[in-house]
Amino acid sequence: MNTIRMKRLMIEVIAVTLALALFGVPFYFVVVNSGKDAAAAARMTLSFPETTQYLDNFRQVITASNSMLIRAFFNSTVISAATIIVLIVIGSSAGFVLGRRKGKTVNIISFLILAGLMVPPAIVPTIWLLRTLGLYKSLLGLILVESAIMFPFTLLLYRGYVTTIPRELDEASLIDGTGPVKMFSLIIFPLLKPVSVTVTIINAITIFNDFVNPLYFLPGAKNATVQLTLYNFMSTFSTKWNLLYADVLIISIPPLIFFILFNSKIVSGMVAGAVKG
Amino acid sequence: MSKSVQSLYTYTFLLPAGVIYALFFLAPTFLSFFYSLTIWTLSDWHFTGLDNFAIFLSEPSLVIGFRNTLVYATVSASLKVVLGFLLAAFLTSELKSRGFLRSLIYFPNIISTIAVGIMFSSFLHPSKGIVNVLLALIGVDGPDWLGNPDIALLSVALVDVWKGVGIAMVIFIAGIQAIDRQYYEAARIDGASSFDALRHITLPLSRSSMNTVIMLAFIGGLRSFDLIWVMTKGGPGFTTDLVASIIYKQFQGGFYGIATAGNVILFLIVSAFAIPLYRVITKKEVDL
Repeated sequence: MNTIRMKRLMIEVIAVTLALALFGVPFYFVVVNSGKDAAAAARMTLSFPETTQYLDNFRQVITASNSMLIRAFFNSTVISAATIIVLIVIGSSAGFVLGRRKGKTVNIISFLILAGLMVPPAIVPTIWLLRTLGLYKSLLGLILVESAIMFPFTLLLYRGYVTTIPRELDEASLIDGTGPVKMFSLIIFPLLKPVSVTVTIINAITIFNDFVNPLYFLPGAKNATVQLTLYNFMSTFSTKWNLLYADVLIISIPPLIFFILFNSKIVSGMVAGAVKG
Repeated sequence: MSKSVQSLYTYTFLLPAGVIYALFFLAPTFLSFFYSLTIWTLSDWHFTGLDNFAIFLSEPSLVIGFRNTLVYATVSASLKVVLGFLLAAFLTSELKSRGFLRSLIYFPNIISTIAVGIMFSSFLHPSKGIVNVLLALIGVDGPDWLGNPDIALLSVALVDVWKGVGIAMVIFIAGIQAIDRQYYEAARIDGASSFDALRHITLPLSRSSMNTVIMLAFIGGLRSFDLIWVMTKGGPGFTTDLVASIIYKQFQGGFYGIATAGNVILFLIVSAFAIPLYRVITKKEVDL
């Protein structure tokens, strides 16, 4: 019995060590190197900084290119928040009807939406459309495109949850003479709160971390998002790894906070969205 | 009664979603089929038939994108499936540290791809990067991971696995947790080893999560762009160009018709795999 327990303990120690080496060390590396001077960071070692200059490095990153990073944080926050609001409105209302109705029309609509989970967005035609509407290179344009792209995943979460809400509620409100809009907004929507929370958390991280869509649909210095600034800093700071790591660190803090606060919600939401897809 | 309840589920509720999704996703997709057949300046177009597709299929620097995309998607997806399954099986066993390990392995998922690309570009530095420094300690002369045309694509695919294996793992964990414990009890009483249990109980009963992971990882791999773009920009030469990075290069060059043709090709590749894969997957589930 004792040997079995010893063996288990050994396996566990090995597993933790391996996992820390593979998944912990990379982040440790970024943390220590973002506090070094340029020459020390260029040696790319895992050692502790001999002279720490975290605040100085952070200041340089934040003030670089006319404080681009501050503007980028503002833009990314606006884009994420606005997209999430749009997604909650369109996702919950559409999820309600598609979760309740059955039949051919619903199947066709569902197919078109599910296809959006897999098919890559058509980039140049989207740019052409945004230009035609006068929305190209505008935050609103990107918000609408992000909303369309994240809609299928969001809808799946809402639709799945709607089917667990008893239909008796609908019937009762019908007897009370409540109209559809009132019934949805006063009775159903509040019950969807757990999904709305999941939708908020997952989309916040996804949109904040998004690089490709801002790259295509929001070019230009004044429109920078955090991921675009990080990408641009790669050439600006090409010899100053310490600043590049400091930038990586700063930009990873918001998703990190979300992860610490909502770890299980993120995981269960991702699994639910993936499995239902 | 039920007929009048239906009146509560009015299609008007679909309108806001429908407008946004149709305008900003479906319409561009349909338009792409037309504009892929043109020389296009965004303000003007000129019909050229299948010329753009012919260019894509004959220009060596573009053709290589197909091969690379398939290799990249196959390598990254199969490793995510195998490693994700093994990790999930291990991390559903009785371990004190399993919560910690799950979080640690999932964590790279919430870090941006650009950040991960920057981190690994320095880890894979040919002379100073940690990977080669560690290899040198055991006497191995590490290669130039991102500069050697023969292995650069695989190096990036491995980084993709590092970042994405956590999501495969948590999907498998959800599947394994849904398996009835009684099977394992019965197997243990019959004297089956834990490997037997893994092989004959966990693996077959994880089939539906396996299917999800395969679909997700493979299609994600086909559409990959940002990691490759940050780490190699398609180089050295064109050896790590994917269809998605070629689309971006053509777009940057102002070849909007060719870029759109690339988009249509990617659409067709994804559909060509997604539809049969989906059929096979749903059929196998019925057989089970």
